[in-house]
Amino acid sequence: MKNISVLKEREKHIFQKGKDNFDISCEKKSLAGAVSQRACVFCGSRVVLYPIADALHIIHGPIGCASYTWDIRGALSSGPELHRMSFSTDLSETDVIFGGEMKLEKALLELIDKYSPKAAFVYGTCIVGLIGDDVESVCRKVEKITKIPVLPVHSEGFKGTKKDGYKAACDVLFNLINRNGIQKKVPQSINILGEFNIGGETWMIKEYYKKMGINVVSVMSGDGRVKDVTMASSACLNVVQCSGSVTHLAKKMEEEYGIPFIRVSYFGIEDTSDALYRVASFFKENSEILKRTEELVRKEVKAIVPGLSQIKKDLTGKKAAIYVGGAFKAFSLIKALKHLGMEVILAGSQTGTTEDYKILRGMCSKGTIILDDANPLELAKYIMEKDADLFIGGVKERPIAYKLGIGFCDHNHERKIPLAGFVGMQNFAIEVHQTVTSPIWDLVPRRLKKAKQ
Amino acid sequence: MLLRHTNKDIKERKALNVNPAKTCQPIGAMYASLGIHGCLPHSHGSQGCCAYHRSALTRHYREPVMAATSSFTEGSSVFGGQANLIQAIDNIFTTYDPDIIAVHTTCLSETIGDDVNQITIKAVKDGKVPKGKYVIHASTPSYVGSHVTGFSNMTKAMVMHFAKSTGKPNGKYNIIPGYVEPSDMTEIKRIVEKLGIKPILFPDTSNVLNGPQTGRYSMFPEGGVTIDELKSSGDSMGTIALGSLASADAARSLDSKWRVPCQVQDLPIGLAATDRFVNALRIAAGVSVPDEITRERGQLLDIITDMHQYFYGKKVALSGDPDHLISLTEFLVSIDMAPVHIVTGTSGKDFEKRIQDITSHLPYKVNVKAGGDMFTLHQWIKNEPVDLLIANTYGKYIARDDDIPFIRYGFPILDRIGHSYFPSVCYRGGIRLLEKILDALMDRLDRDAPEEKFELVM
Repeated sequence: MKNISVLKEREKHIFQKGKDNFDISCEKKSLAGAVSQRACVFCGSRVVLYPIADALHIIHGPIGCASYTWDIRGALSSGPELHRMSFSTDLSETDVIFGGEMKLEKALLELIDKYSPKAAFVYGTCIVGLIGDDVESVCRKVEKITKIPVLPVHSEGFKGTKKDGYKAACDVLFNLINRNGIQKKVPQSINILGEFNIGGETWMIKEYYKKMGINVVSVMSGDGRVKDVTMASSACLNVVQCSGSVTHLAKKMEEEYGIPFIRVSYFGIEDTSDALYRVASFFKENSEILKRTEELVRKEVKAIVPGLSQIKKDLTGKKAAIYVGGAFKAFSLIKALKHLGMEVILAGSQTGTTEDYKILRGMCSKGTIILDDANPLELAKYIMEKDADLFIGGVKERPIAYKLGIGFCDHNHERKIPLAGFVGMQNFAIEVHQTVTSPIWDLVPRRLKKAKQ
Repeated sequence: MLLRHTNKDIKERKALNVNPAKTCQPIGAMYASLGIHGCLPHSHGSQGCCAYHRSALTRHYREPVMAATSSFTEGSSVFGGQANLIQAIDNIFTTYDPDIIAVHTTCLSETIGDDVNQITIKAVKDGKVPKGKYVIHASTPSYVGSHVTGFSNMTKAMVMHFAKSTGKPNGKYNIIPGYVEPSDMTEIKRIVEKLGIKPILFPDTSNVLNGPQTGRYSMFPEGGVTIDELKSSGDSMGTIALGSLASADAARSLDSKWRVPCQVQDLPIGLAATDRFVNALRIAAGVSVPDEITRERGQLLDIITDMHQYFYGKKVALSGDPDHLISLTEFLVSIDMAPVHIVTGTSGKDFEKRIQDITSHLPYKVNVKAGGDMFTLHQWIKNEPVDLLIANTYGKYIARDDDIPFIRYGFPILDRIGHSYFPSVCYRGGIRLLEKILDALMDRLDRDAPEEKFELVM
């Protein structure tokens, strides 16, 4: 590969530990012309609300936004699967000129009549923000007729980044909760926030809490149901994962209902144990819970440790590159990879904050490259320079890893097996081991060259 | 219960698309742009559009897909995207150094009324476009047409921007392959060259989106039509456009602007459509069809005759893009299969008329709809079951719900490989299609046969 130049404005988004001493620049709009791996507001809202399986999700706009988000997220449901259908008003040129309100109203009435959803979410796309459709009033009108919550999601693509989309989704969730009034407290109860049941992870985590004696009121939004969401104010504690996406909701619930929240991660042994212990200690007046938690953690850890040590033997000294959406996920990944004896040589995120990058820097060893809102050339350049054995990322990163001839693990929507919790750590270790030690890498030019040297 | 939300009760829907059988224009434009060598497609709109298109193409091709975006903000949506686009052009040439940027618009930039033509002229004036580099553009709002028309618009933009007539014929033929897979483009090129014609094939995504594992990551892979070739297309002896919706516009503009005579053919899918294509090439080259091609034709015909007892009367439901469905329907009818339900998401009266022409002599009713969706197709199937479903990956929900043998065909294919490497056009592609059809039908026979009728020889 020929050397690539890094754009001047981009230099500040790249940080090498032990070499550079300036602060990383982040939380900025991407440069125009960047081949950024980022998405838009709509995308953020869609991923947060999507797993609510008994709601109607209708996309108000031209067809593209509906096509690209039709069942691409593996958020599993144990019951209804209405969320896996694609509904769109499919706006055409005349609608753009004369407005799409009528179309939206008709579509909503027809769909609600047909599928009897428990609520309807109306996602606004770029165009709706421009042509000035009064989506709010259509929603109010339809709500009056159908007697179910019909909520606009303010997700016009250009109105910010994916993070603003998370916020818009949180506003909708809060609206759902708030219209139900403050509910009577359920003892020893929590809401699980920022967990989307990719590969069935929600089920696993719920099982842990059940064993601890904790009542889970609602999950937002993995395997979600509208009714559970509306009861969320009855929980004693909000346990927030994937901090980027739903912290806004947790904060709002703290302000309005005085429900405190903690930020956790269910990825890796340390973080999962830590999450469960922190929830247990929140309910410390019931000493049984802590006892059960200790027992649970001991049992689960014991079950997976021998397998992990075996895998660690093969992975020790191997090098990993991480590029994820929110930086919070990177923290857990770094810990988990260290657990497997691997070294992280590159860590980056699409939407990390200054605070995030500070923590990231603290966790990484000397020479680690830290990237904000990276482009594929930068990713490829550092992966080659640092000679990584593994790349952890999402859909757009996978073929880059494979072209370079290194292992890959999807830690985004397209993972097929649960990576959360203790069993998830085991799954993760097995997947990383399989890809990193695969004999196919001996066939690709990179290793061939090495073997010859 | 997986997606069992479809019932038999069909109602006319005007305000609503359920389970789309199309997607929007910009992704088609992006795909076409990738068929120019050294080109970086650029999406003039929000960041999300570009991310979605890249993800969708990446999933379909399992290859890195590069494209840049103007990254619209609320500000640009109010004051226009000129500043973003000019800055983008500057940044792209500085950082990624492509030979050419192909800009397509989105619903956002179209609605706020950005004049991309004027903006690119300004970018050139301001010195943002280095010497020997180019910026072309196509208008592709998402609320008009579909991915197919987006492809068509960008293909037309290529010739409108580059084609020149020097008055000196180049001895070549322009071949516009249509919105087909990289493997199909290679196959079309092979057939053209076998007939002794030097082609300028555009767009050409072979070796771009089906590239080899090289151990290197290269932003601009080897394939693609070159700018010099595009420039020279005005000097060609003629243009053969395959697929009227995806290719005719570009061919006709070459004809009207530079007097390059054009003919529009159906996509060469199946025996008869390939015959017409080969015949057109034969006449253009003034040669007789080489033995090798005749042999390939004979092999396709041989399979048709060998296996025709399995085709007879089998009902098929089809979903896909208009150009493909026209030829495919013709092919299926010609081998005595019965395409009874045909849906494309792309609107247009011509499509329905073409299908009716092909099927009017048949003794059964054929449901056809342009501007339809997969939900309608599924409802039709519920009312009149079929023996085979041919559709993109989203067809798998229908296939599972109604237990129908299923062949993945079209865009997108998110759960299988093969389409990038094995063509489904021309005679060899016909053989592949038949293999797939027979595999699906015969696997079903094997699965359902009672033990005493479970046959070794079929």
